[in-house]
Amino acid sequence: MRRLALLSAVLAFPAMADPTPADVQGIMQRDFHPRGQATMDRVVQDGLQRVCTETRDRPPADVAKALEADQLKTIVYPEGSLMGDWKRGEAIAQSGRGLTWNDKPGDPAGGSCYNCHELSPKELSHGTIGPSLRGFGKTRGTGPEVQRYVYGKIYNAKAYNACSQMPRLGASGTLTAAQIKDLVALLLDPASPVNE
Amino acid sequence: MKALAFGAALALSCAAYGQDVAKEIQRYRQMVAEGSPAELFELEGEELWKKPQGPKSVSLQRCDLGEGPGVLKAAYAHLPRYFKDADRVMDLEARLVHCMVTQQGRSREDAIARLFGTADRPSELELLSIYIAGQSRGVRLEPGMSHPKEKASYELGRALYFHRVGAWDFACASCHGDEGKRIRMQELPVLYKPQYARPVMASWPAYRISTSQVITLQWRMNDCYRQMRTPEPDFGSETTVALIHFLNATAHGAPYQGPGNKR
Repeated sequence: MRRLALLSAVLAFPAMADPTPADVQGIMQRDFHPRGQATMDRVVQDGLQRVCTETRDRPPADVAKALEADQLKTIVYPEGSLMGDWKRGEAIAQSGRGLTWNDKPGDPAGGSCYNCHELSPKELSHGTIGPSLRGFGKTRGTGPEVQRYVYGKIYNAKAYNACSQMPRLGASGTLTAAQIKDLVALLLDPASPVNE
Repeated sequence: MKALAFGAALALSCAAYGQDVAKEIQRYRQMVAEGSPAELFELEGEELWKKPQGPKSVSLQRCDLGEGPGVLKAAYAHLPRYFKDADRVMDLEARLVHCMVTQQGRSREDAIARLFGTADRPSELELLSIYIAGQSRGVRLEPGMSHPKEKASYELGRALYFHRVGAWDFACASCHGDEGKRIRMQELPVLYKPQYARPVMASWPAYRISTSQVITLQWRMNDCYRQMRTPEPDFGSETTVALIHFLNATAHGAPYQGPGNKR
């Protein structure tokens, strides 16, 4: 009798359990269709998305470290200075275009920065999902290390915080190297309104 | 010193500007809340509900939305739910398409040919949704939660909410996961928590002031996934219905207030 109860508990478990990320992926592969540039490979999770889903964005420290090291390898740094033009950077930060099924492939994308961050004090309509970046360059200067950090963080935010909510803007092919350099300037250039 | 005083004055005027904008938006919202264009669309939806259409030239008036054939009272508030004839969980829009096909004899392609309308011309499904939802005013949201497929749908919706996917690694919870967050000026409800889900879910479908459009929950799911940079979810699919099921179940018990206005 006890064995029967145990057996039925075991049998009932899979039906009642939460669907795993793999189950969800299978259902999405069935229920979604490609449209424009949004192709079906996008519903296949990579290792990082899988771990972040499984752990509700709180992976164990050693796993996070390994994931971050892995993501760091994806960052491609251009030669020379990483500072572009802050004025172009401001326009990129304002734009939320890019990679959706109704964006035309090849059209320049934006970084959607103001959706989540405060940057220039002139822009009052800014989101708060990410930290405020107002005055970011004031205390950090413009040295090569800080340039490298900012470039890397925008290129692949997950190299610094495995389950960050920030997109991997370089690694995902959203922004070009030149655009990321312009954003570095928006954050670090003493003449940028961010550092007013 | 002069510069400091100027800076302080500027900061103050910026803050005042922000407050003014918020106050103006609040005033505008109140104004439209008192007489929503959604009411006009309810009348148009009622006409469509009663209009004979399709090869069989019958109206939708015998469509069973879960409360019995043709019963509209409280139907919306009790969706999504399991339907034996289709052997699946359906939300209002999936069910309407089902009735268009099975009762009016229309092809599924015809029924879903124009899903999302424009400012001047809402779609058939949008007008019907507004009308039918309006017949649930004051009824508590109580989606089906007893059938095993209803439970499975709810569980799938919850898993989808936290599932990170797409070119930008987003889950629903990436934006709707923490309290007090905004995208630009838009406040983001934490929809897996009942206190936030209740007022939001009790007001869909809605009239969207900024675009003069009628918007439904299927539209909302579609446009969230667009912004999450995934491919497009099929209309009325198990995925979109599961998410709506999870959200309405989280809002369980909230008296339905809609169709309302959105920014």
